[in-house]
Amino acid sequence: MSTATTHDAHHEHQPSGIMRWLTTTNHKDIGTLYLLFSLLMFFIGGAMAMIIRAELFQPGLQMVNPDFFNQMTTMHALVMIFGAVMPAFVGLANWLVPMMIGAPDMALPRMNNWSFWILPFAFLMLLATLFMPGGAPAGGWTLYPPLSLQTGMAFPFLIFAIHMMGMSSIMGAINVVVTIFNMRAPGMTFMKMPLFVWTWLITAYLLIATMPVLAGSVTMLLTDKFFNTSFFNAAGGGDPVMFQHIFWFFGHPEVYILILPAFGIVSQIIPTFARKPLFGYSSMVYATASIAFLSFIVWGHHMFTVGMPIKGELFYMYATMLIAVPTGVKVFNWVSTMWKGSMTFETPMLFAVAFVFLFTIGGFSGLMLAITPVDFQYQETYFVVAHFHYVLVTGAIFAIMAAVYYWIPKWTGNMYDEKLGKLHFWISCISVNVLFFPQHFLGLAGMPRRIPDYAVQFTEFNMISSIGGFVFGLSQLMFAYIVFKTIRGGAKATDQVWEGAHGLEWTLPSPPPYHSFTTAPEVK
Amino acid sequence: MLVRKLIPWLSRLLGGSLLLAANSAYAEYGLNLPQGVTEISREVYDLHMLIFWICVVIGAVVFGVMLYSIFHHRKSKGAKAAQFHESTTVEIIWTVVPILILVAMAIPATKTLLKMEDVANADITIKITGYQWKWRYDYLDQNFGFYSVLSTPREQIENTADKSEHYLREVDRPLVVPVGTKVRFLITSNDVIHAWGVPDLAIKKDAIPGFINEVWTLIETPGTYRGQCVELCGKDHGYMPVVVEAKSIEDYQLWVGEQQALALASTEDPDKVWTADELMAKGEQVYATNCAACHMAGGEGVPGAFPALKGSKIATGPIADHSNIVLHGKAGTAMAAFAAQLSDSELAAVITYERNAWGNNTGDSIQPSQVKAAR
Repeated sequence: MSTATTHDAHHEHQPSGIMRWLTTTNHKDIGTLYLLFSLLMFFIGGAMAMIIRAELFQPGLQMVNPDFFNQMTTMHALVMIFGAVMPAFVGLANWLVPMMIGAPDMALPRMNNWSFWILPFAFLMLLATLFMPGGAPAGGWTLYPPLSLQTGMAFPFLIFAIHMMGMSSIMGAINVVVTIFNMRAPGMTFMKMPLFVWTWLITAYLLIATMPVLAGSVTMLLTDKFFNTSFFNAAGGGDPVMFQHIFWFFGHPEVYILILPAFGIVSQIIPTFARKPLFGYSSMVYATASIAFLSFIVWGHHMFTVGMPIKGELFYMYATMLIAVPTGVKVFNWVSTMWKGSMTFETPMLFAVAFVFLFTIGGFSGLMLAITPVDFQYQETYFVVAHFHYVLVTGAIFAIMAAVYYWIPKWTGNMYDEKLGKLHFWISCISVNVLFFPQHFLGLAGMPRRIPDYAVQFTEFNMISSIGGFVFGLSQLMFAYIVFKTIRGGAKATDQVWEGAHGLEWTLPSPPPYHSFTTAPEVK
Repeated sequence: MLVRKLIPWLSRLLGGSLLLAANSAYAEYGLNLPQGVTEISREVYDLHMLIFWICVVIGAVVFGVMLYSIFHHRKSKGAKAAQFHESTTVEIIWTVVPILILVAMAIPATKTLLKMEDVANADITIKITGYQWKWRYDYLDQNFGFYSVLSTPREQIENTADKSEHYLREVDRPLVVPVGTKVRFLITSNDVIHAWGVPDLAIKKDAIPGFINEVWTLIETPGTYRGQCVELCGKDHGYMPVVVEAKSIEDYQLWVGEQQALALASTEDPDKVWTADELMAKGEQVYATNCAACHMAGGEGVPGAFPALKGSKIATGPIADHSNIVLHGKAGTAMAAFAAQLSDSELAAVITYERNAWGNNTGDSIQPSQVKAAR
């Protein structure tokens, strides 16, 4: 009885209701907040994509004016990248890293709270621009000056929102690094860490290295606009192309920030359902590190048409092609892990296998885009749009969904509805290809991106793409339904959940205790 | 509606896949990169196909192995999991082989790139300037130039008229170049970054304010080649097409003569005094091509984004302030400085028009000579 009383007293100590979430320093609560926030942003960004696809259903202007269309493409990208994908990965890191390395919590819990609670305010500011005179930013998420400097009242809100997102990301990244370095259980050497932990460690370094660069470049935009500096104004001695160099020095590592944790997730899931250890663990680690290194020296391939010297074009072409090597190693390792396994295809595995297929297709188009002389044809067309949606939607987002299905029984103690999960997978997987595959054809035929209206020869494929888009968008409501249904109840999950699951998180009860490992487990 | 649109598409897809090289307008664009009409564009096309097929082969092998594994190595078929998890030999092979494939791709790509970047020995130089939202072409050697503006009628964009064959890819005055001649383009911009591109020539280059980029082409067959601005440049980014007309050298010479005569004829008497009606008539024209995109045909603007001129303080206030904004633009907005783009009479006309149209009725006007003084 006495233990029960102290237990209760302990809980009374903690605020309940909204204050619990506002003041929480617990890695699981914060992870949950991140994931729910990301889900909300996924639907807001998705709604913008629906407007884009509706307008592009036919040539001519039907639903929106060109300026609002540009606001939608700009905001869709900002919301999806900074609001949906990045917070989802930070949420997963919060939930999983302490459990995977045998720690009670993250190393810096108060900073953890702060880094989450900055985000809602950042996005409130960003989304508020939609209702300002002049509307939201419409110069593209890449913010190229001089166009971005034509933004009206929304401009300072946009810049400060990006500053806040950057602060949040940097704090989150520092927390991951400190946690991994200091809180591993005895015996958990670096080369024994699960790959999700490894990929996040490397991602965290990318974040710490590049987010300040983004913050610097947007600050220079701010002073160019309001304080008459001329960093990017040729008439004042500046250089508009320099912005692109600085931006993509952030932007290309950012691409890997959005995909490396996905590599980690898939490397956890495939061995579980193949009931076979991951093939080439150490080469996976080295490949991730090589990709991260290369990501810093290939930014110029985003700007092949700006008029670089030929030596620059050749360097960026060769360096970019090199990325195919470590990425190929990863794909081959995943396939070899499946080879001679004893596979079952529950929803997480379906998403993971689709990831390997579709991410590889995105990789192929990426390789084609690396070839400078041909890139001149692809640059700024729908071919690029198809490419990065294959790596970001069927890559990053499919991996996030795989992760949710894979770990939600552990998080909630309840199994999700397998039938619905599989249905969600099949509808998503088919519709996403109907949505993005025809965009390759549109791009090759010469349709530029970011246009609200198009020449008539592009009609058919746009129509097909839009139909795929609507189905894909609607089918994500199923995902939300499945997640909330699982949180509310369902068949009880065992501790191990999956027959082939290995790793410390599966040794904890489902759901795990509030402070994951109060005594450190021994890793052999 | 949808079914009606899809049926011709399905029949075209069926017909198209059987006869991929059919001569329809559809097959001309359709599924793949155009081969284009220059040596470079064909080389680029070949490179594209080479890399495409390499990807297809690698994809077939990787996905083949995966699919085999998915069908055969499943628990429901009684597969027992092997426990192997590394092989240094295999790892080395699949690191080295891709590197060799990459080198094989890089060699032809480098050759083509070197050729593309060799702008030396051009016969003609044409300067291309991007504006929000039109192109200007200046024939530097022949001393004339003109703007090239979208000619698709507004009704087609707003769906009140049927769309023409070259909807959004037609202009009032195309760029004209001779065939069989190495033409060098100098590309720059007056305001924000644009990109000038024509797939059939395998050209795409950014137009950057304050910088000049160079590209070249040598077109072999006469014809009309179409593209459009390919770098987001604001509201009407989708509405600034590029049309290139390649003529035989004789036709080109003839055309140049006409243009030079036209340029001479349009030189105007700077001291001529215009009547208010003359100014209004010309002003309406100038307004429609240069101002209506943002401020709208009725002068009502787009609330929040582009200010209304109808009843505005500037268009009904002191004429000096008004002409100052038209001439020198407004920093940090899409309002361009039109002093460089329009002639004295065009400026005088459009300012007068804005002050007296849509019930603004200030009753005053400005003469070209006054504009000249205000420059």
